[in-house]
Amino acid sequence: MKLTANEFKASFQQFVEVIENEKDYLCELDRKLGDGDHGVTMSIGWQAVNEKLNNELADETDCGKISSTIAMTFLNAVGSSVGPLYATGFLRGSKAVAQKSELTDEDLTNFWIAFINGVKERGQSKVGDKTMIDTLEPALLALEANFAETQDFVTSFEKAVEAGEEGMKSTIDMVSKLGRSSRLGERSKGAQDPGATSAYLLLDTFHTCVKQHQS
Amino acid sequence: MKKLINDPKYVVEEMLDGYVKAHPTYIRRLPENDRALVTARKTVEGKVGVLIGGGSGHEPAFMGYVGDGMADGVAVGNIFASPPPAPILEVTKAIDKGAGVVYLYGNYAGDVMNFGMAAELAEMEGIRVEMALTTDDVASAPKEEKQKRRGIAGELFVYKMAGAAADQGYNLEDVARVARKTNEVTRSMGVGLTPCSLPQTGEASFEIGDDEMEIGLGHHGEPGVRKAKVAPADQVADELLNTIFEDMPVEEGSEVAVLVNGLGSTPHMELYIMFRRVEQVLKEKGITIYRSYVGNYITSLEMGGCSITITKLDDELKKMIDHPVDCPMFVQK
Repeated sequence: MKLTANEFKASFQQFVEVIENEKDYLCELDRKLGDGDHGVTMSIGWQAVNEKLNNELADETDCGKISSTIAMTFLNAVGSSVGPLYATGFLRGSKAVAQKSELTDEDLTNFWIAFINGVKERGQSKVGDKTMIDTLEPALLALEANFAETQDFVTSFEKAVEAGEEGMKSTIDMVSKLGRSSRLGERSKGAQDPGATSAYLLLDTFHTCVKQHQS
Repeated sequence: MKKLINDPKYVVEEMLDGYVKAHPTYIRRLPENDRALVTARKTVEGKVGVLIGGGSGHEPAFMGYVGDGMADGVAVGNIFASPPPAPILEVTKAIDKGAGVVYLYGNYAGDVMNFGMAAELAEMEGIRVEMALTTDDVASAPKEEKQKRRGIAGELFVYKMAGAAADQGYNLEDVARVARKTNEVTRSMGVGLTPCSLPQTGEASFEIGDDEMEIGLGHHGEPGVRKAKVAPADQVADELLNTIFEDMPVEEGSEVAVLVNGLGSTPHMELYIMFRRVEQVLKEKGITIYRSYVGNYITSLEMGGCSITITKLDDELKKMIDHPVDCPMFVQK
């Protein structure tokens, strides 16, 4: 397949909308585990990104530039812990798609592999810690395995989204080990991790958009 | 929840606007970044820069502690969220007087990442940076995992001692050493009575019954380690102090600094009732209170409750805590 720079941008614009719709839900999840602001934080960051996509990046066709601008815009608008995590993901991803105005199956796969590895490296957390890594790590493994077999991004990413969803749901029964919610101990059980949830939404939205452009 | 605000989106910007306009002789905003504030006073060439920072919503922390004898600059984040690297870097560049800059912040995942990234960027510009993290909250992790603990009200003492050390001409390594030493001998333990609410959501940050309290509560409104029925102040003070002393024994004959810190909506009446008991207990143990602080120093918007902080003092730290301070929200003569 070929995904154009405009279609690449459109998928993130779609994510801006998803975050606005799910903002309250994400805050609600966060209230059970932290300070209740994850939806607000994501909204602040993605609104700033939206602003860039609609203005400075409106005519930009270099996917690397688009991704690195998303990284720095999100980081500067948000700070927090999601700022550096997502920013590192988009910065690493930008290297995989640098100076490309059209993305092949391989480019897209490399983008997401670099993205997830970047987040993992910055956050230093592992599966079972009840963080966004519980969504991203299984998604990464599914993407790598399926792409090696099929060389098809869309079907491989579909598997990644499914694995990510399972990972997200697995956080419900986990005890937090990192971040603010770790102080809750056993009391953190029963609530789905908000970071794992928004990470799943990002993957799911990207998949939905790419699928649309493919057909 | 009712609040005196305009658009929730702009609470931090409008607060900073008001702050710099109210205290123009103390503070100025850097033109390079809206969230980067530095002292308006003349700083001495060759003095180590002291940079603090963290999320908004903890006022007077952190912006209120920029001034003589404390911090030279502050990077301001969104509500309860670490500032990004950009304002941290701008403050660093502005306050470096050739002797380097020390970053003081609480041990929160976001702060560790953002201050770490800023330090790397500063070093690329040739500025030496040392970092000292605060981990005084006993309730935030067990003793075996002390490195995971977060900073709460004890941060005040870390700023106080490091700010004094910088003012007294200590070099970068020694300012950082004093900050780390202060953190080593500081423990805090809090209790939450009522939640706060974020301006953007208006929702209570946690649920708590009218007759309940959260022991060990963090200052972002995170639930505590244990819910309990509300008890008389003396009993609550005893539990907080016992937890602190189990974690960090203080020998008879020691001298300490004490902070009873309000979280935002607890009146001074209650804070002094708590302090009264702290003084009784320390006296019984043969511990001398060298200096005491009671009030709202590091808050969580309008959260109810307080924390108790104990810092063990030696001769060097006594010299630091006695050092005068002149900040918009904290003066000590």
